Amino acid sequence: MSNLFNSMIAWVDKRFPLTSNWKAHLSEYYAPKNFNFWYYFGSLALLVLVNQLITGIFLTMNYKPDASLAFSSVEYIMRDVEYGWLIRYMHSTGASMFFVVVYLHMFRGMMYGSYRKPRELLWLVGMGIFFILMSLAFTGYILPWGQMSYWGAQVIVSMFGAIPVVGDTLQQWLLGDFTLSDAALNRFFAYHVVTLPILLVVLVFVHILALHETGSNNPDGIEIKTNKNPKTGIPVDGIPFHPYYTVKDIVGVVVFLIVFCGIIFFAPEMGGYFLEYNNFIPANTLQTPDHIAPVWYFTPYYSMLRAVTVNFLGIDAKLWGVILMAGSVVIFCFLPWLDRSPVKSIRYKGPYFKVALTLFVISFFVLGWLGTKSPTPMYTLLAQIFTVIYFAFFILMPWYSKIDKVKPEPKRLMKE
Amino acid sequence: MKKIIINAIVFVFCLASFKLFAAESAIPLDKAPVDITDNASLQRGAESFVSYCLTCHGASFMRYNRHRDIGLSNEEILSKLVHTGQKVGGLMQSAMRKKEGEEWFGVVPPDLSVIARSRGADWLYSYLRAFYRDDATATGWNNLVFDRAAMPHVLYELQGEQKLITKASDKGEQKTLSLEKPGELTSVEYDKFVGDLVNYLVYLGEPHANSRKELGLMVMAFLFGMLILSYVLKREYWRDIH
Repeated sequence: MSNLFNSMIAWVDKRFPLTSNWKAHLSEYYAPKNFNFWYYFGSLALLVLVNQLITGIFLTMNYKPDASLAFSSVEYIMRDVEYGWLIRYMHSTGASMFFVVVYLHMFRGMMYGSYRKPRELLWLVGMGIFFILMSLAFTGYILPWGQMSYWGAQVIVSMFGAIPVVGDTLQQWLLGDFTLSDAALNRFFAYHVVTLPILLVVLVFVHILALHETGSNNPDGIEIKTNKNPKTGIPVDGIPFHPYYTVKDIVGVVVFLIVFCGIIFFAPEMGGYFLEYNNFIPANTLQTPDHIAPVWYFTPYYSMLRAVTVNFLGIDAKLWGVILMAGSVVIFCFLPWLDRSPVKSIRYKGPYFKVALTLFVISFFVLGWLGTKSPTPMYTLLAQIFTVIYFAFFILMPWYSKIDKVKPEPKRLMKE
Repeated sequence: MKKIIINAIVFVFCLASFKLFAAESAIPLDKAPVDITDNASLQRGAESFVSYCLTCHGASFMRYNRHRDIGLSNEEILSKLVHTGQKVGGLMQSAMRKKEGEEWFGVVPPDLSVIARSRGADWLYSYLRAFYRDDATATGWNNLVFDRAAMPHVLYELQGEQKLITKASDKGEQKTLSLEKPGELTSVEYDKFVGDLVNYLVYLGEPHANSRKELGLMVMAFLFGMLILSYVLKREYWRDIH
């Protein structure tokens, strides 16, 4: 039996690099042995991606991308399709959990300096994934054609109109119409189910290839490849990804599924954060809701969009909002070059970085919370203050990371 | 026991997410007595719904035969709920045409299939008990929860007529309602009637909610078993890593 199996593998190996790839990416891919809690979120992001792809395919079988049918087709999925409610909740909860997992994954990278040389490209590909993910979330949120789908999209689309000279034309080109209508719903559906998922899957593949080229970073931020066993050529602090991290990640997957299924089965609306109450009202093009709030994962950027209230430097306040909002996401791409600290990990960085990162996290949460609220003068002032703190984290980084008092990095990985 | 576990889990998951986006109202809302496992209450609510609401409002994402979930047989559904001559698998559509609604009320009465999910049970429970006489409006009725609601007080024969009483206090104007002309039901009976109706609307918003929670318990039990197994497996493999 094992002979038969071996000869089958040999047959394949002559025609396709099966064993060599298995070794290169799993059984002989050496990962640092001190991965902690924060290192689960990469594999979890992959899990959520698969969840979104599979549930998405089943939703597509019953969803109607038509302004007059979209809302009811979603309700029929919830009621008349066998386990349609489960498929839909898995997809809607998966959308939010994708962002939870990706935000934690990015935060891990920021803490341990995973974006630093030689992983700059890995970080940039990751940012590409993040942009695609945001586009997917936006185009997906339009599809149920509820009040928040419609008016939320209206806000985002009108941002393009704020761009000088080409804004209006660009907006019409995007919508395929002069207003947000059936034409836009159809094309956003096409982006959501074809274009963006293909791009996402390709970028995730490239992300993993880039990771396996440089090797994984770790909580100590030192390169395990610099200390190899002279006989075997294997990093002394490395362990094969399979079986060690595959079995460890299974534990992470189960814990994640407990949270994920807890939401799906017991609180699928998540108190209005994952499924907004107003999105249970069919889109009404003539009635603007009193309060338009995006889903929670976009609220920090939404706050920054609204934060600028005066025209300055000859630029319109609305355009400033758009610039800040786009800038707040794009600025992550520059992290590898903004950080000039001699060490990578927060474990050996000094107090300046720790304070800066803490302030950044606080500003992200405060801006997120403000984005769910109707603006008042007090809230707008708060949004302005925290927008400044948010950007200061990045813009001042070349300065504070350089003068910070760092601790010496160890030669070998520290025990957990 | 099962219900306690479900409630505990729901509580834990809701704790982290206090409701931010619930429909805001000028007056404090009363807590609706919602229990979608109470089939007797849901059946009473369903009958009230088809008699009082379905004439103008549709529930057009819901099929009549779905009510087998709340303990009715097809025959009972046909005799108690279907008054429009439809088949048992038909959608609960309103008898009124959209254009008529617009002419009579100024707006098309909204479909109520998912109204409990957008408005919330407490809002509906308070709203249906907060109508009062107001000669300044077209219908002769106004509502303390929803000012100038287009809907007249359909249930006035049951509740009777309420009057608005405005008192000035240090906290500003305080508005309360008092029953002027009693209806067929006492106020306790009327609250129970509305309670059943709102309970039904909550069920109508998500008919699979009960089976969702039941399936959820099994999934959770499975996952906790998996957690133990996967943890033991991980510990076994990692024994030689120092």
